[in-house]
Amino acid sequence: MSLDAAQLRDRTKEFLTAHPPASTSREDFLSARFDAGLAWVHYPEGLGGLDAPRALQAVVEAELTAAGAPDNNPRRNGIGLGMAAPTILRYGTEEQKQRFLKPLWVGEEVWCQLFSEPGAGSDLAALGTRAVRDGDTWVVNGQKVWTSNAHNARFAILVTRTDPDVPKHKGMTYFVCDMTDPGVEVRPLRQITGEAEFNEVFLSDVRIPDAHRLGEVGDGWRVAQTTLNNERVSIGGMRVPREGGLVGIVAKTWRERPELRTQDLHQRLVKLWVEAEVARLTSERLRQQLVAGHPGPEGAGMKLGFARLNQEISGLEVELLGEEGLLYDDWTLRRPEIVDFAGRDAGYRYLRAKGNSIEGGTSEILLNIVAERVLGLPSEPRTDKDVAWKDLAR
Amino acid sequence: MTTTTTTNTEPDLLYSEEEEALRSAVRDLLSDHCDATEVLARVDTDAPHDRELWKNLAETMGLAGLLVPEDKGGQGASHREAAVVLEELGRAVAPVPYLTSAVIATEALLACEGDEAATVLAALASGRSIGVLTVPLSAAPGQDFRDVREQGGALTGRVTGVADAGAADVFLVPTASGLFAVDAGAEGVTVEPQVSLDRTRPLAAVTFAGAAGRKLTDSAATAVRRALRAGAGMLVSEQLGLADWLLTETVRYTKERNQFNRPVGSFQSLKHRLAQLWLETVNSRAAARNAADALAANSEDADIAVAVAQAYAAPVAVHAAEEALQLHGGIGMTWEHPIHLYLKRAKADSIALGTAGRHREELAELVDLRAP
Repeated sequence: MSLDAAQLRDRTKEFLTAHPPASTSREDFLSARFDAGLAWVHYPEGLGGLDAPRALQAVVEAELTAAGAPDNNPRRNGIGLGMAAPTILRYGTEEQKQRFLKPLWVGEEVWCQLFSEPGAGSDLAALGTRAVRDGDTWVVNGQKVWTSNAHNARFAILVTRTDPDVPKHKGMTYFVCDMTDPGVEVRPLRQITGEAEFNEVFLSDVRIPDAHRLGEVGDGWRVAQTTLNNERVSIGGMRVPREGGLVGIVAKTWRERPELRTQDLHQRLVKLWVEAEVARLTSERLRQQLVAGHPGPEGAGMKLGFARLNQEISGLEVELLGEEGLLYDDWTLRRPEIVDFAGRDAGYRYLRAKGNSIEGGTSEILLNIVAERVLGLPSEPRTDKDVAWKDLAR
Repeated sequence: MTTTTTTNTEPDLLYSEEEEALRSAVRDLLSDHCDATEVLARVDTDAPHDRELWKNLAETMGLAGLLVPEDKGGQGASHREAAVVLEELGRAVAPVPYLTSAVIATEALLACEGDEAATVLAALASGRSIGVLTVPLSAAPGQDFRDVREQGGALTGRVTGVADAGAADVFLVPTASGLFAVDAGAEGVTVEPQVSLDRTRPLAAVTFAGAAGRKLTDSAATAVRRALRAGAGMLVSEQLGLADWLLTETVRYTKERNQFNRPVGSFQSLKHRLAQLWLETVNSRAAARNAADALAANSEDADIAVAVAQAYAAPVAVHAAEEALQLHGGIGMTWEHPIHLYLKRAKADSIALGTAGRHREELAELVDLRAP
């Protein structure tokens, strides 16, 4: 029998009595919270959870927030919490779960994701980073790209090519990579915003113990699906207030600076305001479905809508600002720790939003996913399914 | 009449089990009694309304009285349930006066007090009488109506573009001196059908030449505003139903239709358009549920919820119909295929009860995004 909301609330209160946030250090508090199973309640006991329904996490968070408890700074380790952890939970050995999950959750070890390559973006399964077995270790060579947080990360989830002689989906293997290994070189990748939010990661004779393999040899594609499905699930968990996104920034400018208004901008602004409000309602509807235990297919489309809206709204904002829209705050190469699409100035927001329809699955790939998995339309004829990876065009 | 408003903290955007049960009951009725071939044949006659379907829906199932409290002769349900009925009627482009009688005229009467209004309301709620508010279908909430004058209880004037007037038993007529009820068969009342773009919701011109009216309320403007706001908010669910049917049928067709030795639905250029349409339909559903919930709760947010939903969903239904026609290729252009019924309804709906542009203008005021 799993816990109900009332029992979980009581447990959280007892925990707070035993570990008062005011007189407990942040590290001790988070460590004790993990051990008490209040980190992610839907995880198993002993691994930060209590085997409780996932929706009840909200009960714990509400109690902790009310008590002024410190959090694990989830935005600093989004890849770890959102993608690495569920994959380790699903495919990891007992030793791997014990070793990795706690330091990941408390924020002691940040994670990054070594998936995309210069030659494998939307077609991730074409990746070519080679891992060759050498006794109890694997020797890895290749290049990864678009790796956020690589410069802060202690570990990475890594997908490699272990058998080039079979079709691409069948010859991949999934590993945990220690980013402190001497063969790992992280170089900042500067984007159109001037920032280097991402990195290129070069892997040269990196030695990974077989004990750090996740899943079977050759089963890397299936393991990666778990990671990628979790990437899409992580959207839509929270209630968003009206004007909560980029549209709120433009609306504020519009209200405060009547001298900038034109008829054309007015038409476009109100239209976008409506679309942003409707997108918010759709994500609220999705949230209500999740809480009710009937997740709908709507999640697959949310990112598509937000990407286009962010781009149009931020484009409108630059235009609305007129002469000011011609300026940019700072082109200095920086390495931000947390990415905020709504941060900095209008020019930054406009440029950064261009990535929204590329990162985490391009809009074109997401449209295919909706068409094939939600609407059940047939896939395009494929020429790559039965061909050995080494014989693919590249 | 005074109404209490509630602060809308968390709208319920889902369908309850009871609402889903209602949906299946209505869908069953429509699939038995309102298939596309029948609707096509019917609109080509001079009796475009399906009286038998209306009797089943309104009287037998009791759906005409959903918005009317039980002590006034109705079912005591809400806009949430009426919205589900309208989704299904939209999916079938059913030629019945549900929106006009069971929503718009009913809401106007709910804004009135007194015995006369109560009698007409109970008759409408029972489904035995069809009521129509004599304003053009294109009228938006907040518009003023002075086409008909009243003098000593006699009404004179002409209103064009009145939806479902040909099926009405009673007209609700706004004038400067109040809202009046006039029997459709009374002396001095003439109804001339107009050739309408959407023949499943036909329009007519209604002329009053000294017709006898019974006063329902002094404040016609309040009653009409309430009626049109509810009408606009409920029309969104009909538009959602249209889009939903069009998307479903087009997906089905493109899976089955082969060209170049493969289903045309496997081409990305078509798949992406259908996925885009799905996204718009999903958004319309959230907007429609939000509007229905806000109207049901009489929330402070109802004006905004209705304007947002109309501004968004009206063009989506038209887009769905236009895409459906194109993606069906030649067959979609034929008279025998029902797509044109949906296209005509969707296009007419996009003008009905205020265009999207008009709702955006209203919204700009409501949310303080004022024009230059």
